[in-house]
Amino acid sequence: MSADPTGTGPMSTEPMSAQPTSAGPTSAQPPDAGPNSAGTAPPLLEVRDLHVTYRSGDRTVPAVRGVGFTLAAGDTLGVAGESGCGKSTMALSLMRLHGGRAEVTGEVLFKGENLLTTGWSRLRAVRWAGASVVFQGAMSALNPVRTVADQIAEPIVLHDKVSTKAAEKRVAQLLDSVGIPAQRMRAHPHEFSGGQRQRVMIAMALACRPDLIIADEPTTALDVMVQAQILELLGDLVKDAGIAVMMITHDLSLLAHTCDRLAVMYAGRIVELGPSRQVLEDPRHPYTTALSRAFPTIGDPASRRAPQGLAGDPPRPSDVSDDGCAFAPRCARVHDGCRTEKMLLWPAGPDRESACLLARPERGGGAL
Amino acid sequence: MTLEVRDLSVVYPPRGGVGPARAVDGVDLRIGDGEIVALIGESGCGKSTLARTLVGLVKPSRGQVLYQGTPLDYSAKALKAYRRHTQLVLQDPGGALNPKQNVFDAVAEGPRLHGLKDDLKETVHDALTRAGLRPPEDFYHRYPHELSGGQQQRVVIAGALALNPSLIVADEPVASLDASVRGEILKLLLRLRDDLGLSALVVSHDLGLAWNIADRVAVMYLGRIVEQGTVEEVLLNPRHPYTKALLSVVPSGAEDWRPTLLSGEPPDPTAIPAGCRFHPRCGRWAGASAADRERAACDRRELPVLAADVSGAACHLLDLDPPATDVSNAWENA
Repeated sequence: MSADPTGTGPMSTEPMSAQPTSAGPTSAQPPDAGPNSAGTAPPLLEVRDLHVTYRSGDRTVPAVRGVGFTLAAGDTLGVAGESGCGKSTMALSLMRLHGGRAEVTGEVLFKGENLLTTGWSRLRAVRWAGASVVFQGAMSALNPVRTVADQIAEPIVLHDKVSTKAAEKRVAQLLDSVGIPAQRMRAHPHEFSGGQRQRVMIAMALACRPDLIIADEPTTALDVMVQAQILELLGDLVKDAGIAVMMITHDLSLLAHTCDRLAVMYAGRIVELGPSRQVLEDPRHPYTTALSRAFPTIGDPASRRAPQGLAGDPPRPSDVSDDGCAFAPRCARVHDGCRTEKMLLWPAGPDRESACLLARPERGGGAL
Repeated sequence: MTLEVRDLSVVYPPRGGVGPARAVDGVDLRIGDGEIVALIGESGCGKSTLARTLVGLVKPSRGQVLYQGTPLDYSAKALKAYRRHTQLVLQDPGGALNPKQNVFDAVAEGPRLHGLKDDLKETVHDALTRAGLRPPEDFYHRYPHELSGGQQQRVVIAGALALNPSLIVADEPVASLDASVRGEILKLLLRLRDDLGLSALVVSHDLGLAWNIADRVAVMYLGRIVEQGTVEEVLLNPRHPYTKALLSVVPSGAEDWRPTLLSGEPPDPTAIPAGCRFHPRCGRWAGASAADRERAACDRRELPVLAADVSGAACHLLDLDPPATDVSNAWENA
């Protein structure tokens, strides 16, 4: 994965000569054969205290303010939040795909190897073959002047060291697996519909048999019916291959079905983390409650002619301070402590964490 | 009755060797006084073209748009007068607002164009207040880039309100907004109806939106309305296989959620299938017995246009069903 998020096409800037011979096809290794494979295997992905700070003139804008989580092989994690909450920045910075003017600190351990400090050649080996990205705008992520076969074959030739002919055979299989007839491999991106282009992106993400797929709003621009098709396809493909997925979207209800666990982000931090269904049905953070009510259940008399919103707007990243809860100005259950205490992601029940004071056991625990 | 559409068709001429495109292909629709109607469909179904036809931006190829019982006159002068009564609100407020125009001028633009210069300050003040931007003076001199997406959409809505319209046509008014802001804008539309008696046609792909604010729903597929009725009738007891499929893909949060996926992409208005236009994607048709297929003949028998004043679905296969029991009140009793 060599695309920068501003999008010149995923592989177009990648000089082939830069591929180190030592990297080898990481996809051929079992998930636990990372550099630290002696002893207990590290989780597939472990993110520790990740900060991403953009510089704009002499101002610093903290987009991600200390995010940590782990992902085991085959796990599916949904990341939900509104625009500007830092979810896309967070996801893209894991592969160092963030823009050049950002400062990234913390650790991103992929099979034990810190991707934030590893050399570019190692990173290039991990991109595509270890972890691949499905970007939200397939039209801007695909190169418009090259056939989809060329674009899907490129990482295969690069990472698997196979002939173009062998790569094309795999392209045909991949296209077939995402429901696009292999005869159409010589077509260009504009000859496909939006849903088909997103299928091509998924085929590309699967090309080098990665252990992790990061999907950044993979269905946002698509119709509801096409969206359901794509999510089902992605779900089936990753389940069959045991691929871990991190899916980023603003639609909470969508994630409950596609992901085992859910992280809700607000103002650059995870404010709630837990099993999807529990988070959705029994939120432990007032922001999660508001988000889950925003999309009504059809047939629920409580939401009939009663849309639920949240007054106010998310804070601008440049205005967020580390003191107090960033959600406090919009929170219906705010109290004095919320404005001064330092928020952490506290345990809030089995497998669950919340960054709300009301969810803390010493304050009566399930006050939410 | 505020607005009525009779046997409306909009055909776009061929372009680049493709076409003509029958974007709207026979629609009857009514929006009553103070009524909120949701027009639901996938992209390419013709819902946005229909919305633009209602506000006079697109001239129909056939049929009529009637406002308060009078057919639209497409002379420039008559259209200008008509647009005082019917205002269009678009999906992307960032694109709808002029970046170089402050909030006051954006809201005042409509009244100025219509020569309503007396009490302009008061008009803008009231419109912004009604749209929920309070106190309005704080917003007068701000520019779109200084506002959040939700605030921008409120400015667009204030601009519409400044002309004191009787109908708002909103094309995906919340699709580009964040989840938490979505509810706030929908609340605003409901309040405008309650306070001002404003009618609205809200175009969306989102059935949840219809449940949240609409009185009636019309489901559109490939240029036609395939099912319409009250929100309770259509969403709780859908009859058309297309409505059923659309409802099934709304993530419900239920453990046993199983969407009915329609194969293929949204169809093409330049190549509308014969017979029922939905039959190539219809699961019920695909699974029908040879005898039922013979009787229903969905692949060759044309369907009549659904009448605007009745609830119902345009589907041959429904004729094969035993008479339906009325379950439209079921949820009220539950």
